[in-house]
Amino acid sequence: MRIGLFIPCYIDAFFPEVGVATLELLERLGQEVDYPRDQTCCGQPMANSGFNAECADTEALFVRNFAGFDYVVSPSGSCVHHVRDNFDAIEQTAEVTAVRTRTYELVEFLHDVLKVEAFPWARFPHRVGLHNSCGTLRRLKHATPSELHEPFYSKPLDLLAKVEGIELVTPARPDECCGFGGTFSVFEEVVSTKMGYDKVADHAHAGAEYIVSADSSCLMHQQGCAERIGVPIKFIHIAQILNGASA
Amino acid sequence: MSTGHERAADGGAMLHPELRAQRDEAARAPDGRRLDHAEGTSKPLRTAAEPQPRGATVHGSRPVDQAEAAARFIAAPEHEKMHDERLWDLRQKRDREMHGIAEWEELRALASAIKEHTLTHLDEYLEQFEANAGAHGVHVHWAKDAAEHNRIVHGILGDHGAKTLIKSKSMLTEECGFRAYMASVGIEVVETDLGERIQQLDNEDPSHVVVPAVHKLRTDVAAVFARTIGTDPANSDVHYLAESQRQATRPLILAADAGMTGCNFAVAETGSVVVCTNEGNADLSANLPNLHIASIGIEKIIPRLDDLAVFVRLLSRSALGSPITQYTSHFRGPRRGSEMHFVLVDNGRSDRLGLEKFWTSLKCIRCGACMNTCPVYRRSGGLSYGATYSGPIGLIIDPTFNARKYSKLPFASTLNGSCTNVCPVKINIHEQIYAWRRELVKQHEMPLAKRAAMKAAGELLSRPAAYRAAIAAADAALAHLPRFVIYNGVNAWGRHREVPHPPKQTFHSWYRENRGGAQ
Repeated sequence: MRIGLFIPCYIDAFFPEVGVATLELLERLGQEVDYPRDQTCCGQPMANSGFNAECADTEALFVRNFAGFDYVVSPSGSCVHHVRDNFDAIEQTAEVTAVRTRTYELVEFLHDVLKVEAFPWARFPHRVGLHNSCGTLRRLKHATPSELHEPFYSKPLDLLAKVEGIELVTPARPDECCGFGGTFSVFEEVVSTKMGYDKVADHAHAGAEYIVSADSSCLMHQQGCAERIGVPIKFIHIAQILNGASA
Repeated sequence: MSTGHERAADGGAMLHPELRAQRDEAARAPDGRRLDHAEGTSKPLRTAAEPQPRGATVHGSRPVDQAEAAARFIAAPEHEKMHDERLWDLRQKRDREMHGIAEWEELRALASAIKEHTLTHLDEYLEQFEANAGAHGVHVHWAKDAAEHNRIVHGILGDHGAKTLIKSKSMLTEECGFRAYMASVGIEVVETDLGERIQQLDNEDPSHVVVPAVHKLRTDVAAVFARTIGTDPANSDVHYLAESQRQATRPLILAADAGMTGCNFAVAETGSVVVCTNEGNADLSANLPNLHIASIGIEKIIPRLDDLAVFVRLLSRSALGSPITQYTSHFRGPRRGSEMHFVLVDNGRSDRLGLEKFWTSLKCIRCGACMNTCPVYRRSGGLSYGATYSGPIGLIIDPTFNARKYSKLPFASTLNGSCTNVCPVKINIHEQIYAWRRELVKQHEMPLAKRAAMKAAGELLSRPAAYRAAIAAADAALAHLPRFVIYNGVNAWGRHREVPHPPKQTFHSWYRENRGGAQ
């Protein structure tokens, strides 16, 4: 089984440690992982702004990079959501739809495809608040959203429960959007940052030392907000904890 | 008086002082009963009141700048915090009600199916409704748009020589600019819903479809009432304000020549109109005068009374987190000696029905659950949208009225999808918001600068070499530029939050160093 590793632009530029943790974790689990060098982005920034035609060349490049892999795995829920659900600026050939349906977000890949039972190398003796990004929660269906009357499940909590020493805390509004929202974060920056302030304050109030998420984009925004208003909380991607990061 | 900032055991530190339970006597009714509704358990905040932030500036068809008005709302922290927490409280109450009903998700699916069926057979059900209402002696009128609605109502009032009209809350009449029209023809309109009356007295639109004055603090209401009905400006006690308003308005209600209601559901098989309220004001409006006019959007039709049961179970639970509204009133025909008129209004609805991606927005039953849950709405205030319909449902309905004027609204969303999940009729609201963004770009309703930026982004992201250079330049800039250059006022990211810390190397270069050259 060959896995194509998709490292989105902002992880490449700002959070290389998240890419490294994802790669190392998949390798620890015995997977054969390639990182196509010519990859850039999935096109979501343009698509979410309504400019779908402008995504066509980026989407075509994405398919050229990732066609031929059994799975494409990425540590970014919102990018995977985009590829799977909205990636339609180019003709939907068999090759394109194959790439789209084989693209997985890391948590669901570990939980649903590899069905990982244990992370014996992982120990994280800290109080952690989970941030389910809206893309993973309501589109990729990582967990039951609080709005729906459905039996409870949570793939990220299932995985984190296998980490020794971790203590999970729950904020008052666990499913509230943090306000990142892609280009929303700059086009509506006042609302965006207010939502971010409220989010990090809620986690801090619940006693979290760390906020963990499957989306570095939300964490990048929350970290910027926390630093600006002086909330002493740290941020970590779920790949890093599962890969055995100590802090 | 206890201070508003103590961490009450029953309140919690996250709660706004206005929402915390109160220990002093103002929280009790005159007979000593403890009051257990949101206003009853709140208390006056302070002596110097924070001025109420006003809504979006509207200039004809120029695009409404929601972000600008939202920023002003957030700059009024007491208003923003109260608004966010009060509406979040409604969302939590809605969740509690939902968990009390095992078949909740089935009910939503059923409600959605009934609405889709009705909307795809709308002509048949409208005719059935008209025939059955007519058989009970109701006069049925058809209005193709807002202007025709207003003229028809004016005509009916004129036939009866009516000069004063009491009415219950109706978003359709807001859509039609009804009060302004009536003022222009010399007819006095009195809103009988408390929140709507506050908004009328303040000459301001409703900010929410169910709780129209939810953006106001009690001190704002005290200021409005002091100015308009002569209350003590220093007294913002909620019982005093409510009672003063009642005393001022009740004589107007008793003396009115005509009454008007909206319509929550129009039942085709019975030809009856169902109105749901919590104050009983629709019943006063409909039953006191000898003339009752109901304004009905054509999408309000449902086929049968059995269907009504599904919606009644969903409506108030979704809206306010209460099992049912205090009043669910059925109007089937005029009382002896009086007249009843139904005005069926299109006002863009049949055009909307023809929009492939957006027609299901007509399923909306105006519960406001999407507003209550929307994190952007809660922090922006409903008036920031500058439109009749605010919040998530507004983002997908308003552009059908005027694509240019409301071209920015679909961008006032993080696409988080909570609205879709709470919608009792399962409108895919966040997907329609996304679809509207594409539609508005297609219709060239986007600013040139944004268009150019997106084209450039598309070109950069499809050229790996250029992209590599740009990433390296961004990291280098963040690592080496002085703070005052990065936080320069043009950088919208950095105005209210810190930029990411640039790493020593990108993932790309780490991979090249650590995993070798071969692809």
